[in-house]
Amino acid sequence: MSGILKRNIVGVIARRGLATEVAQEARLKTFKIYRWNPDHPAEKPKLQEFKVDLNKCGPMVLDALLKIKDEQDATLTLRRSCREGICGSCAMNIGGRNTLACLCKIDTDVSKQTKIYPLPHMYIVKDLVPDLTQFYKQYKSVQPYLQRSKVPEDGRENLQSIEDRKKLDGLYECILCACCSTSCPSYWWNQEQYLGPAVLMQAYRWLVDSRDQASKFRKEMLQNSMSLYRCHTIMNCTRTCPKGLNPGYAIAEIKKALATS
Amino acid sequence: MFSLGLNSGAFWARPLRAASRRMIATAKTSAARQQEILIAQRKNRPVSPHLTIYQPQLTWYLSSLHRVSGVILAFGFFATTIAFGTSALLGLGLTSSNLARWYHEKVPRWMDLTAKGSFAYLFAFHFANGLRHLIWDAGKALTLRGVYTTGYAVMAVMALGGSYLLTW
Repeated sequence: MSGILKRNIVGVIARRGLATEVAQEARLKTFKIYRWNPDHPAEKPKLQEFKVDLNKCGPMVLDALLKIKDEQDATLTLRRSCREGICGSCAMNIGGRNTLACLCKIDTDVSKQTKIYPLPHMYIVKDLVPDLTQFYKQYKSVQPYLQRSKVPEDGRENLQSIEDRKKLDGLYECILCACCSTSCPSYWWNQEQYLGPAVLMQAYRWLVDSRDQASKFRKEMLQNSMSLYRCHTIMNCTRTCPKGLNPGYAIAEIKKALATS
Repeated sequence: MFSLGLNSGAFWARPLRAASRRMIATAKTSAARQQEILIAQRKNRPVSPHLTIYQPQLTWYLSSLHRVSGVILAFGFFATTIAFGTSALLGLGLTSSNLARWYHEKVPRWMDLTAKGSFAYLFAFHFANGLRHLIWDAGKALTLRGVYTTGYAVMAVMALGGSYLLTW
């Protein structure tokens, strides 16, 4: 019994060995990753270098980060969950632009380093984990839920025409990863008061929803110099959105709506 | 079973060590204490790098150039008009012919070129980009493609219009 088992295992190993033996020499890619540890707050944040063999790594930056965490340094801290671009947890600054690590392919040119920072101009909890408390508070402040004074007469659904529903396309897909808001220089300098592209796009999503009846109140909330008008149409938000959405356009539409109401 | 090595001490050593480490790492705390730790930690948190590490992109580069050009042009404009105004009020004798004579006699060639060149190119850029912003305010050309085509158009206007103004 045990003899057969042994032979089988050896056989499997040998076959596996043959399959991977074809692999070429190691393609070592250098990643420089932002590190800061709250247990040693006096130490300044620094970039730490890691090398990953691309032949033994998945294609995405998140694969490389998890490989580093598994095999080289278990203290490397990052958020991740779905690994397919729908949760928004792994938002970070890769190669200078904000994106989701799980949707960002590793640049296979091994002569170049890839630098990975947390989302820009945010307070850092640890390594690649930014404090998003303020961002979520701002989202809450635009009251992102349906508001109506009366329920439909049949007591069932709030109906909407196909055209009205179409207006929500490109808005509701936002996963609130904060890539756009933290790419915005206006948000960098004024994030205490300026709501930022992600939150403003959600404000617009509820403004244009034909079922919502709180438009007047929603507009009044934005009618001040800081919440909305710190947007100077820089358009870093649209440039960086990993979901291909257009927050800059949504903000421009809010401005138009406020100007004409 | 035995040939897989499950009976050997080494096989169990790692999970056992991991389990004991887990137990040591657990610490009891209260909600109030957690809040204190959080507040203490928030005081130390660094701000992640931003302007210096963000990828150069047409979007924010043109935006910053718009602001810088606006500041420089406004400074030039206000400096000149205020100088003329105060001179007229206090009788300091600054007139356009005085100014022109001083400029032709005293200002060296390189300074002349720098002043005229920066005015010409920055004005052409600021003017064109101002129109771009007006188009955007109307809700037009606000896609990624629109932003880039208008951006390159503005740079073309800057090059052509600036050269025209400079050689005028």
